[in-house]
Amino acid sequence: MENVIFDQIKKEINENDVVLYLKGTAVFPQCGFSAAVVQILSQMGISFKDVNILEDNIIRQAIKDFSDWPTIPQLYVKGEFIGGCDIITEMYENGELQQLMDDKGVTNQAA
Amino acid sequence: MGMDASLIQELIETGIDDASVTITDLRGDGDHYAAHVVSSAFVGKSRLQQHQMVYKALQGRMGNELHALAIQTSTPQDN
Repeated sequence: MENVIFDQIKKEINENDVVLYLKGTAVFPQCGFSAAVVQILSQMGISFKDVNILEDNIIRQAIKDFSDWPTIPQLYVKGEFIGGCDIITEMYENGELQQLMDDKGVTNQAA
Repeated sequence: MGMDASLIQELIETGIDDASVTITDLRGDGDHYAAHVVSSAFVGKSRLQQHQMVYKALQGRMGNELHALAIQTSTPQDN
């Protein structure tokens, strides 16, 4: 069962440049940590696919097993797990996140 | 639910070699903490790996009893 779900996750993170697994949606994040990452991405003008784990308990657990990371939100860029709220915030504040997007060829919408 | 700050500190110090841990209770509700962990065991590890080491030390409590733990990691040289 687990590899069916893992395959679904792999498909999602490889078919979309930026994927955010969060509680709620990009428009209505339902947790402070998820909202913080949504805000960072929108300030950077980065569009992303949002996956609301509150709607699917199976994905909610599977994503934690997949990345070996116990919390939500989780950000993926070009198929790679980047981190949760703490790491994304720290990377954003010191410019690493923009550098990562540039390095991976993810363009800002505003640009 | 929630957890006691000293238990968080003890788990991390036991789970990570040579770790010195500073816990800050962010809201006084036993559920929102920040932890700054300094350890030579982090040398050569990415920030993601360092945070994963802290989560492992907490033995599955993160995201269960413990709702929010803002983690900051560094090596003795960073500090």
